[in-house]
Amino acid sequence: MLFGIVILPMLGAVLAWLIPSNSQRPLVLPIFGLIHLAMTGDLLLHTPPPSSAGWIYLDPLGKVILIPTSVLFMICAVYAVGYLAYRQERSNRVLCMGLLACLSAMTLATVAHHLGLMWLAIETTTLAMAPLIYFNHNARSIEATWKYMLICSVGIALALLGLFFLAYSTIVARMEPTLLLGPLVAQAGSLSPAWLNAAFVFLLVGFGTKMGLAPLHTWKPDAYGEAPGLVGALLAGGLVNCAFLGIIRIYQICMASGNAVFFQDTLVIMGLVSMAFAAVFMVGQADFKRMLAYSSVEHVGILAVAIGLGKGALFGALFHVINNSLTKGVLFLSSGNIHRSYGSKSCDVVKGALKRLPWSGGLFLAGFFAITGSPPFSPFISEFTIINSSFAQGKNFTGALFLIFLAVIFIGMASTVLPLVLGEEPQDLAETDYRDRLLTVAPPLFLMGLVLLFGLWLPAPLMQILQDAARLLEAKP
Amino acid sequence: MTDILIHLLLTLLMPPLLLGVIGKTKAAFAGRTGAPFLQPYYDILRLLRKGSVFSDVTTWIFKAGPVITLAATCIAALLIPLGNHPSPVSFTGDMILFAYLFALARFFTMAAALDTGSSFEGMGAAREATFSCLAEPTLFFALIALSRMSNSLSLSTMLNHYSVTDWLRSGASMLLLVGGLFIVLLAENCRIPFDDPNTHLELTMIHEVMVLDHSGPAFGYILYGAALKLFVLQAFFIHIALPLKTGNSLLDWGIFIVSMLILATIIGVVESVMARLRLVRIPQLLVAASILSAFAMLLILR
Amino acid sequence: MTSFADQLLVLVMLINFVVLGSSRMAISIRAVALQGIALGLLPGIMHKFSWHLIMITGGMIVAKGIVIPWLLTGAVRKAEIRREVEPFIGYVATLLLGAVFTALAFVFAAKLPLDPEHQGLLFVPASIATLLTGFLVLTTRRKAISQVIGYLILENGIFIFGLLLTSAMPVMVEAGVLLDLLVGIFIMGIIINHISREFSSIDTSRLTTLKE
Repeated sequence: MLFGIVILPMLGAVLAWLIPSNSQRPLVLPIFGLIHLAMTGDLLLHTPPPSSAGWIYLDPLGKVILIPTSVLFMICAVYAVGYLAYRQERSNRVLCMGLLACLSAMTLATVAHHLGLMWLAIETTTLAMAPLIYFNHNARSIEATWKYMLICSVGIALALLGLFFLAYSTIVARMEPTLLLGPLVAQAGSLSPAWLNAAFVFLLVGFGTKMGLAPLHTWKPDAYGEAPGLVGALLAGGLVNCAFLGIIRIYQICMASGNAVFFQDTLVIMGLVSMAFAAVFMVGQADFKRMLAYSSVEHVGILAVAIGLGKGALFGALFHVINNSLTKGVLFLSSGNIHRSYGSKSCDVVKGALKRLPWSGGLFLAGFFAITGSPPFSPFISEFTIINSSFAQGKNFTGALFLIFLAVIFIGMASTVLPLVLGEEPQDLAETDYRDRLLTVAPPLFLMGLVLLFGLWLPAPLMQILQDAARLLEAKP
Repeated sequence: MTDILIHLLLTLLMPPLLLGVIGKTKAAFAGRTGAPFLQPYYDILRLLRKGSVFSDVTTWIFKAGPVITLAATCIAALLIPLGNHPSPVSFTGDMILFAYLFALARFFTMAAALDTGSSFEGMGAAREATFSCLAEPTLFFALIALSRMSNSLSLSTMLNHYSVTDWLRSGASMLLLVGGLFIVLLAENCRIPFDDPNTHLELTMIHEVMVLDHSGPAFGYILYGAALKLFVLQAFFIHIALPLKTGNSLLDWGIFIVSMLILATIIGVVESVMARLRLVRIPQLLVAASILSAFAMLLILR
Repeated sequence: MTSFADQLLVLVMLINFVVLGSSRMAISIRAVALQGIALGLLPGIMHKFSWHLIMITGGMIVAKGIVIPWLLTGAVRKAEIRREVEPFIGYVATLLLGAVFTALAFVFAAKLPLDPEHQGLLFVPASIATLLTGFLVLTTRRKAISQVIGYLILENGIFIFGLLLTSAMPVMVEAGVLLDLLVGIFIMGIIINHISREFSSIDTSRLTTLKE
């Protein structure tokens, strides 16, 4: 079953390659998305035991990442059918293949318990995403793709070095050399601390680049800004989570080694720096897709701060992973609609979206309130849990900074989003062929519903998974 | 005693032959018959028979230049061991003297060039000063590495210490040293790709432009001094590149002479197959040579 | 056999300098190919014969020695660019920086708590030096292809460290790493092609539309 869920999207990619018709090919996406979602549901109900060598296992942490990935992909797949109907002028073969390959790699990353295998999966997502960012084939998108490709490749290569250091720490400790998560966590206490710290640094830099933690985030605004909306949604809601899972795995080993203070402090600092960067660049941002990219930088910052704080914030962090993915889905998909309708993503042109596109504009506004942590949406709950834990641990300074940054970001984002949605529509606007339709509005609407639902009521099974995962992270030697 | 006699004889007689070999090799590559092997001897003898012309504006420095240069090179030739035999003069720390004798020679060549007051020669002197500054670190790094390997500060013990086993043990660092020193050998002797000894026309030449105003015997000394410098540095290079030892004194001399001639041929081949570098690229190659020998030193000191 | 391995590593480090100092793109590409082949030979020297070993050696040599250089040369030809490297800072300065980095790598490696078995070997310093050289090339060169070369050198540096722990990396993962590298270079080659078509140059310092 676990192998199946990884292999299946690959088969879908092959199928997408074989289908000649540009208009029928996108249908592959929702079909495989649905099968993937069904398999995910089945895996959650009947979790299989670890594979014999311990390489593949879906533990609660993997589940926390797999759920939003699968849901978000399904939504994006439905949206893609509607979106690609507008983009018939361009072949979508590479896009469909890339999306499915990426889904396969993301799934592999969530179930891999061998760190080398996980690295491989994350690297594959990097490669599979590159052609998708370049979908629009213009000078700006090629620039974005080049920066993304180069920075992420180098970052991921450094993560590999970090993994090598980790493996070397087992050699120095006179253990059987391994990169399997199980033995590493079990024997974390006896690993060589110097090499372990070196490994943490490189893995943090490597996966941090992929995640977009400041100051390693420079590729992010470009790539998010130039990629089509649904690719942006998958980048911000899927890829980021996989890289975060990489950091979580290291965090597990780190906590088990009983020597996590250095790592946790680094995470908190990097997280706060990311939030600060996001706050600075979001104020007065003239391009609403780039603004969303900085919002993504902010939220990976929140995740880093949360796991850096540990204890009660861990639950908040894991819950926030899900909330961030779903909300980013809403924002990117609706912003994609607005972009298509106005033919621009500059805030000077795009004004009064609520009148022109009542559904997309409304969703964008709701998404904005959700992502900035306004009640009653679910990010409010996760962010509140994190801040609460920060003050409960006596880390008042961190908590205060966190709150200040959130406030600045709210104001900065509002100054861009409110005129965009509520302002007066410019007179001399060119007509475009885009109208809100069921296929492009229903997917983000559904996601928005989920965000609202989780904000009001968290289903017990999901709660259970989150708590199990948080317990795994808290494990002390 | 015989060894010292042979040393002196070789030092006095062999250098121009090396120039002849290089010239012949280049001629062979160009498809010409070329000048006979002994042509450099004829040239020097002819120059020595001629009279001299000295410009009115020059001082004693201009006259002293070639003589001091030749004298310094001769002393250096006494310090260097040839073919597994100890040198006639040897003491602890003579490697420093060895290095600075060449610096002294160079200083007087440059001073003599500046003394003419010609802007053309001044330009050559400036280039020589720049490039020799860049070449010097290579030699020193190499000397440090060699003295570390042999635990000695005297050239004789230092250079005769090597054997084939050193190559097997630390071949990589030896290879680096050889590479760096070969570049310096070419640069110090103004060979292609750094400088073209045959040109007197281009604005880009280095050594030849400094000695344009010398004539007659003085120019003969310069020519002979240059040949001797080539000889000494080749001998230094051969100790490291080909540390063959037989134990038999005469056989060792034979090996030495043959390997010197082979090295001269190799230089001729390099000159034939390469073009002169653009002037701006020369510092780059010299820095690369310094890095090679610094790297070798790093590997040996480690 | 470890001494021969050391000699190969010295060669690898020398190639770093060749890339730093050479002005010709073709020389850089060939130098990196040679570096890849030298690295491909290393596991064969260090370990006893096994099919696993043959596969890695063969894969490395084919991928890094033949396929990737071929892709890069193709990109250079297709993009019809001037074949000079055009660095941001001069060759001499980069060479000296490279030398300083190499020296630092030795100092740093001497301080690391290595396994006694690996003490005194060149693997760790060579790995760090190559990694830093890769960074240097990445940051000081404008041409997109030079940056890819820098990335390759960086990856080579990481691979050298990986040689110390072949037992921890199963063959499947290693093959995957190699495949990913290949695909990555392939994609980069395509992007370079598009960059040259779009900007009639692959000078990455022209990619400046996207900024704050």
